[in-house]
Amino acid sequence: MIDKRVNDADAALHDIFDNATLMLGGFGLCGIPENCIQAILKKGVKGLTCISNNAGVDDFGIGLLLKTKQVKKMISSYVGENAEFERQLLSGELEVELIPQGTLAERCRAGGAGIPAFFTPAGVGTEVAEGKETREFDGKTYLMEKWLRADFSIVKAWKGDASGNLIYRGTARNFNPMMATAGKITIAEVEELVPIGQLEPNEIHTPGIFVHRIFQGKNYEKRIEQRTITKI
Amino acid sequence: MLDKIGIAKRIAQEVRDGMYINLGIGIPTLVANYIPKNINVVLQSENGLLGIGPFPTEDQIDPDFINAGKQTITLMPGSALFSSADSFGMIRGGKVDLTILGSMEVSENGDIANWKVPGKMVKGMGGAMDLVASAKNIIVAMQHCSKDGASKLLKKCTLPITGLRCVKKIVSDMAVLEILPEGGFKLLERAPGVSVDQIKNATSGKLIIKGDVPEMKI
Repeated sequence: MIDKRVNDADAALHDIFDNATLMLGGFGLCGIPENCIQAILKKGVKGLTCISNNAGVDDFGIGLLLKTKQVKKMISSYVGENAEFERQLLSGELEVELIPQGTLAERCRAGGAGIPAFFTPAGVGTEVAEGKETREFDGKTYLMEKWLRADFSIVKAWKGDASGNLIYRGTARNFNPMMATAGKITIAEVEELVPIGQLEPNEIHTPGIFVHRIFQGKNYEKRIEQRTITKI
Repeated sequence: MLDKIGIAKRIAQEVRDGMYINLGIGIPTLVANYIPKNINVVLQSENGLLGIGPFPTEDQIDPDFINAGKQTITLMPGSALFSSADSFGMIRGGKVDLTILGSMEVSENGDIANWKVPGKMVKGMGGAMDLVASAKNIIVAMQHCSKDGASKLLKKCTLPITGLRCVKKIVSDMAVLEILPEGGFKLLERAPGVSVDQIKNATSGKLIIKGDVPEMKI
């Protein structure tokens, strides 16, 4: 087996560069690569295009990179909950491309699977369809959407092994598996890095072929956006 | 007039045994509280879960388990977890039986506008466009009129469209209406204490009234 382990997020991101296109896994703050975001912050690279379902909150997740103005463009489906984001968007400092969530997921999947474009019904007749090719199949209109690929795909998993096999946990899986397939360099940070042979092959979500570098993250905060409880 | 809970209770009556259901944020989420106990359904969360359970107790909170509204949740026995691509695969593939969502405007031919108000902060469509483009059955929970009294049931939507010709039924604070395939809001039921004339005045799109219109039973 191939050993893809690196020491930490700094080592995993040693060659990240200005104006790179990144995919960052996560839905809201659930399943985001916390260690790598901190490392990008520290490294100070600028002009980044970030493909991520959301843009974090003001003081966590991708919100941290917005505050330091390292992000040039966001490609997302929903970007609420972030005042600094709103300020930069309205002042023209930040570009934003909003795309339907299922289209975003499928564009990442297509990028990893070698499919340059596909047709989806989502967005037909809306401003999302402006300038895009439409075609009718069996009497219904569909919109052509293109693949997305990244210089670096940065994902967070629950468990991983030295060869990059990954297992996610709960709804922290979300966009991570597709993004893991679509990076020229895919970096996985995991809560638990185990020796080769310790993961059950039947339970692997992302096969190691997609992952180039892996490390065990530390100090996961796993911040909750909407703490909602049942009162007993 | 119905309050939010009244709208949720009335929509819960539309739920049938064996359905897979996606609930949007806001009033639609409340519907889950009023589904009768003898009806078995599975709730889908588009961030990758079939089988949303109740909100956790303080002891059960786990940040790896949230719904599409980013609220902490638990899982029902027999639930399944999957990726966002699989999630929208089942949505686009027409596997979800019922989608319940909120809206700012609906037109008489079933167009829906619920993601963007020009001039205000644009937050994004999330999964709304995927859901409305593919769902077999969409019920909209909404206020019949805006705060200043303007109808939200229109001939044509004025706000940016989320999807075309997709809404089947509306439950508003004033009425239950079906959108006919040939166009028009067919009035099915009145909210308690609301007259047909009040609904006529509050509906700017084509309203179709046939015979007596019963009052809702909540």
